[in-house]
Amino acid sequence: MRTILYLIRKEFIQIFRNKFISKAIFGVPIVQMLILVPAITFEIKNVSLCIIDNDYSSESRGLINKLEGSTFFKLRYSTWSEQEANNLLHRNKCNLILNIPSGFGKDISSGKPSKILATVDAINASSAQLTWAYLNGVITDYNLNIITENISLNPVISFPRIMATNRFWYNETLNYKYYMLPGILVILVTAIGFLLAGLNMVREKEIGTIEQINVTPVRKHQFIIAKMIPFLVIGLIDLALGLAIGKITFDIPFEGSLLLLFLGSAIFLIAVLGLALFISTLSGTQQQYMFVAFFFMIIFILMSGIFTPFESMPVWAQIFDVANPVAYLIRINRMVMLKGSTILDIRGELVALAIIAACFTTFAVRRYRKTA
Amino acid sequence: MKRFLGFVKKEFLHIFRDYRTLIILFGIPAVQILIFGFVVSTDIKNAGVAILDLSKDEVTRELSDKIISSGFFKKTETLLSYNDIDLVFKKGQTKAVFIFGENFGRNLMKEGKASISIIADGSEPNVATLITNYTLAIISNFNRELNGSPASGSVLIQPEVKMFYNPNLKSHFMFVPGVITLILILICALMTSVTITREKEFGTMEVLLVSPLKPIQIILGKVTPYFLLSFINVNLILIMSWLVFELPVKGSIALLLLECMLYILMSLSLGILISTVSKTMQQAIFISFIGLMLPTILLSGFIFPIENMPKIYDYVSMIMPPRYFIIIIKSIMIKGTGFFFVWKETMIISLMTLLFIGLSVKKFKVRLR
Repeated sequence: MRTILYLIRKEFIQIFRNKFISKAIFGVPIVQMLILVPAITFEIKNVSLCIIDNDYSSESRGLINKLEGSTFFKLRYSTWSEQEANNLLHRNKCNLILNIPSGFGKDISSGKPSKILATVDAINASSAQLTWAYLNGVITDYNLNIITENISLNPVISFPRIMATNRFWYNETLNYKYYMLPGILVILVTAIGFLLAGLNMVREKEIGTIEQINVTPVRKHQFIIAKMIPFLVIGLIDLALGLAIGKITFDIPFEGSLLLLFLGSAIFLIAVLGLALFISTLSGTQQQYMFVAFFFMIIFILMSGIFTPFESMPVWAQIFDVANPVAYLIRINRMVMLKGSTILDIRGELVALAIIAACFTTFAVRRYRKTA
Repeated sequence: MKRFLGFVKKEFLHIFRDYRTLIILFGIPAVQILIFGFVVSTDIKNAGVAILDLSKDEVTRELSDKIISSGFFKKTETLLSYNDIDLVFKKGQTKAVFIFGENFGRNLMKEGKASISIIADGSEPNVATLITNYTLAIISNFNRELNGSPASGSVLIQPEVKMFYNPNLKSHFMFVPGVITLILILICALMTSVTITREKEFGTMEVLLVSPLKPIQIILGKVTPYFLLSFINVNLILIMSWLVFELPVKGSIALLLLECMLYILMSLSLGILISTVSKTMQQAIFISFIGLMLPTILLSGFIFPIENMPKIYDYVSMIMPPRYFIIIIKSIMIKGTGFFFVWKETMIISLMTLLFIGLSVKKFKVRLR
């Protein structure tokens, strides 16, 4: 036990001797959280609209006014030339072209259906779908208006109707900061633990100082534990800082137990650090380690369901995620912070994380060789 | 010149000797493209939903079947009372609950209206909005079916839509350009900053500095191999996106490759700049990895469009080179536009490259201390 404590002390001294790293491990996460968390939203607003109004009747003006009135669309351009409109789309100046044909006003005032053509920039498929849905909504509304105006022509018969009301729990206003903060926190904690712990170990190998440990009676598991604990502590401090920032600047609700969140994160960090040390026993140089780490991190993060819904992934990807610690922690964080889930609700995630942690750490201890 | 070529050869040997790095250098982009193409999708499929049916009549059964069989949802549980809602949300599998009030069918027939409540889990706002929107659409379809065909004259305006550039609404139109942008800046900046600081940290830089090579030759020699490797990488990614996702380059390939070269150059000079300010490899890796990765993913318009961010981020992201490159590559690859449409962005990236090179030359020290 005493040996481990001494080794841990050595590690801390080594980490904090590097002036840049010692500042960066706390400074970078804070700055990135402050800058990145408010930036992200899936909410779509300010869709730039270009109108080709070939009709120029009071009806087409009415529709355009209706579109201008919604916060979703911004009327940026109005033109008569289709080519100019396409040009604007090419140059990224507008996202949506609405072409109103001539005769539009005459047709609908006489009760005949009339077509209008919308062209959406669909490179971003999900935005395009939403834009189209909103546009459709505005047009349907306008349609209803006209019909009620012509009520004498078309007496409205009352139909049985199902009314739908909807609410969002845990995040009434759909504030994206509540969603992003737990996620970004996970990425930063992972990146710091994963990168620094592994690099630290490989560096000792590369400059040869590991030999000095290898010739001492320090046991393998003692060495690995001593390499893990400092980064575990740093990771948890970063987490605490991140949570404090979330509470103070973004007023993130915290429904669940703080202790539970830290427990989950601690198990997660052990898993990640175990993997980091395992990879580092396999790599010879810091460059090699960095690339392998980069590879794993990107896969872990992108497949964790952090920015995209987990259920939409193909089945094989969901099966892969059984071994992905990031996926568990993101779920735990969101559930505990926003919904106040208890230990019973997340027991499955905790057990899985613990198994992953045990496996990776065992691999690391097994693979570490004291003899060259 | 001969000296310089010799130096470049030395650098190549360095790289090729380490076959593991080489495999990863080419493996990462391939894997990322595949992951993004096949795994990452912002649409919803099989979202878990639960139903609380207090009425249990013909209409509610029919409507809930309709909702469940739409393909977007998967039923996780049947609830019995309002108290179950919170419990089932806390378990995490269920993203939304649909509630049919008592006497749903009777109200609908007698009073002509009945109400259904949709409660979605707002801790994932995107999923919550999508689920709500899809369900509302299903319900309004159901309403229409209930009433038979709409009375003539009730639909006057018939909007038609053309999904431009991407008629099948595939998500890799968005992700392939993004991945190229992300990979190039990360790999180039990482690689150069690490190889140069490595020489510094191990003291071999001194050996190079006392050689008759000029500092500029040393830097160029370090950068040339990575320039070539990254360029090969770009070609591989483009071929893959063409073969696997059937996403060909619509515009001029020569122009696209030229723009990629410029962007690689910019990333390499950024790497050099990072190496001049860092003393150890750890530091260089920290800056180019943690400092660049998240901002590049989040602020370049790769996944999240910049127009939707608060206004201030429009300015913040102006200093991010990936932002401009994404516009360039999307214009050439997907829209098929020419140089005339991207000259501004090209100029900004060129200016950034010059700025990074200028700063590095100023900071590069011939003496070690």
